[in-house]
Amino acid sequence: MTSTDTTAAGVDIENLNVSFGDTHVLKGANLSIEPGEFFAFLGPSGSGKSTLLRAIAGFGPTPTGRILIGGEEVAHLPPWKRNVGMVFQSYALWPHMTVRRNVAFGLEERKLPKREIARRVDISLEMVGLVDLAERRPAQLSGGQQQRIALARTLVVEPRVLLLDEPLSNLDANLRIQMRRELRELQQKLQLTTIFVTHDQEEANTTSDRMAVLNDGIIQQVGTPMELYDNPANLFVATFLGTANVLTGVVEDTDNGAQFGSSNCAPIPLDTEERGPRSLVFRPQNIAIAPANAPVASDRVRIDGTVSHTEFLGSIIRYGVSVGADTALVDDQHRRGAPVFAIGDEVSLFLQQDQITMLKD
Amino acid sequence: MASVLTPGQRGPAVAGGLIALFLIFFLAVPMVQVVVVAFQDPNTGALTLINFVDFFRTSLFQESFINSFYVAAMSVVLSSFFALPLAYFTTRFNFGGALLIQTLGIIPLIMPPFVGAVAMALLFGTNGSVNLLLDEWFGFTIPFMEGLNGVIFVESIHYFPFILINLSAALNNIDRAMEESAQNLGASGTRLFRRIVFPLAMPGYVAGAALVFIKVFDDLGTPLLLNINNMLAPQAYLRITSIGISDPMGYVISVILVAFSLLSLWVSLLALRGKDYATVQKGGGGLVRRDLRNWEKNGCYAVVILILLLVLSPHLGLLLLSFGTIWSFSVLPDGYTIGHYVTVFSEASGYITNTLLYAGLAALFDVIIGTGIAYVVWRTGLPGRKWLDYGATAALAVPGVVIGIGYLRTYHGFNVPIVDQPLASWWVIIVVALTIRRLPYALRACVAALQQVSVTLEEAAENLGATKGRSVWRIVVPLMSGGILAGFVTSFATASVELSATLMLVAVDSDAPLAYGIYEFMQSAAGRGPGAALGVIGVVFVGLGTYISHRIIERGRVTRESTAIVAEGAFA
Repeated sequence: MTSTDTTAAGVDIENLNVSFGDTHVLKGANLSIEPGEFFAFLGPSGSGKSTLLRAIAGFGPTPTGRILIGGEEVAHLPPWKRNVGMVFQSYALWPHMTVRRNVAFGLEERKLPKREIARRVDISLEMVGLVDLAERRPAQLSGGQQQRIALARTLVVEPRVLLLDEPLSNLDANLRIQMRRELRELQQKLQLTTIFVTHDQEEANTTSDRMAVLNDGIIQQVGTPMELYDNPANLFVATFLGTANVLTGVVEDTDNGAQFGSSNCAPIPLDTEERGPRSLVFRPQNIAIAPANAPVASDRVRIDGTVSHTEFLGSIIRYGVSVGADTALVDDQHRRGAPVFAIGDEVSLFLQQDQITMLKD
Repeated sequence: MASVLTPGQRGPAVAGGLIALFLIFFLAVPMVQVVVVAFQDPNTGALTLINFVDFFRTSLFQESFINSFYVAAMSVVLSSFFALPLAYFTTRFNFGGALLIQTLGIIPLIMPPFVGAVAMALLFGTNGSVNLLLDEWFGFTIPFMEGLNGVIFVESIHYFPFILINLSAALNNIDRAMEESAQNLGASGTRLFRRIVFPLAMPGYVAGAALVFIKVFDDLGTPLLLNINNMLAPQAYLRITSIGISDPMGYVISVILVAFSLLSLWVSLLALRGKDYATVQKGGGGLVRRDLRNWEKNGCYAVVILILLLVLSPHLGLLLLSFGTIWSFSVLPDGYTIGHYVTVFSEASGYITNTLLYAGLAALFDVIIGTGIAYVVWRTGLPGRKWLDYGATAALAVPGVVIGIGYLRTYHGFNVPIVDQPLASWWVIIVVALTIRRLPYALRACVAALQQVSVTLEEAAENLGATKGRSVWRIVVPLMSGGILAGFVTSFATASVELSATLMLVAVDSDAPLAYGIYEFMQSAAGRGPGAALGVIGVVFVGLGTYISHRIIERGRVTRESTAIVAEGAFA
């Protein structure tokens, strides 16, 4: 804590499986987290993200596979020998101890001299700006204060890795934004390898260097937030990160090159070498909307449809456009006086080839 | 086996193993022993039903069986008679006496029925205060205490709160909306009561009634003190103490007592299982209450006061007896003295110190074992852990007499090395019996306390470097302390007046606890005064204990509410 030169440790997960009885909740996870990286596990509830985090800390059923922290195998170690700091979703502050006793706990268990403990507790409380509250009980603190104390209690033992289990979910919206900035700043200052579990993609996007998207116990994709958003590896990632339109069909050869055919819409010419069943994925903000039969530019794909609903959201108008049996969502920038389409209007949608992601599943 | 355990499971596994051994040696083995002997030919040792055939062919046993059943059933009827109006008044009307009635519910429980039995004979017997007055004023008497009537009367006065508490809880949990929607759909008056209120309240009533039935069926002290020997529990006691531990009849009776205990536990479980309608819906807060007209209010008060007087009569009688000089053929004692207390403290203080020692140790073991079981069952994944819970709870189905007989049979030949004495007659066996008897209650208190402590609080400690043992010691146990203390005090209080197992296991008078002392004193007319004084002391023990544990639980609730804010997020 006194210095930032605590050597950060990387975390490697190799073929990790966790089962609760007959329920297989984590299925063969492989992951490599760099030293000093801020890494997010993102996924819906039940995706296995918390299970993976808890396995790293040594909680939950004994997993199979390997967990390496700083190159050292830890899967066989009990939680108290791993030196990974975890901040719990509920903060888990001990109600029968003062803030000071809470923060001192980990150092006491490490049998440090009393003066050293007092010194480090003070530094740590100062770091989170709550020295004044040292003699309070947790129940007398607000949610945000409790969270800082939980963080101070974890950081004071200088863990090799910091694990955060949905740390912001119990805070109100404003505080959440402030705390995630503070977390990021603190992490940058300490250069501490940090793993952050969340179901909120905005939280993951704003804090993390890289993230892993989990679903159904499987790591779906790993990368920077922008990579994942722009180049989702599968439909789950595409639809979980932001809003995505999906058309399913088959890419076939025609005289004019590749063409995407679907029972739902007119054929769409594509510039691709791939053939076979595919899904086309594109974002609502990457589509231009125009009256029916407007001329099409050469680098654009045209899709025809009918407006089925509209939502005025202020900066944009979100149109739902029926394309055969599918509905595509289109976000149109709103400017004062610009023409607006009504339900039932025939429209053409224009889409740049390079904004389309083609997926196999 | 050890290889499948994670490092954190070794400590709990050892603790669980030790507790399992304790339960096996002091609950399972003695009970199996009792059952085996009951089904064994006393001469050849072969498996047989001959003992049961003998039992039901002997007219004394037939009579005892019928008497026990009759007394238990009639006690349920009479208890219901006391409990129903009280439950009805408090849940249906805006009645000022409601708090009084709720408090009244605990009063009989702090004194076991046998303690007040002799005093009740003096108040309600043929020549007791009430009948003397009735005879003088109206020229007739009521045989309250004649034969089995006495047992029924005394037991009902003590145990009716079980029905009152369960029934009131059931009535209070009925959502007002259920009554209102029935009215909305056209039901009212007796139809509403019969079709909605009665079925919803029934499970609570049955659970309470089953408890009363079995408490009375198993009770040993009350019939003995009222000199009624032709019932099952007294017969078991007399056979074992007068004929000896090889007489099979005591074992046959034990098996019957256990069978009935299991039956009534099963009935009350069945009544409550899946019938917990009330908790499905929150809010509502009981049935609609209406205000009483003046004459109705007076009527209610009259009924409540009459029942209150009845309920308090054993306590009053005991107090009079403990301070009275001579009390015979008169409404009140001839004079008053503190001599009996002096006698007790100068000559019989051993009873009191023994009680403090035995009940204190038993309560201590109970909370230690209770905490251990609660932790192993709820916080570890150890295989077979549920059996610890089942095992400890099974003690509920074993009457004190049966525990006593089981220990005598199993351990009379087992010499404790250093003290060189059979385990069955060493004072420690009394502590063990009390521990086993009170364990189910202490266990529930500990489980409730543990469930208040979120698992993440323990995980946080482990995460910061505390081992399993250190986390339990520094985090779990301190946070459970309120519940543990309440469990200790309750166990202590109830163990200090336990008689049935003690009666069988006391080998020498110097080892005897208070309950035994009361029983001994009450045997002779001259001993009644000091016996009553001891009884009063016992009641003070239990009353104080109950009050303290109540206060602890209340205080715990306040602390918990403030910590609940912290824990709330855990399930968000």
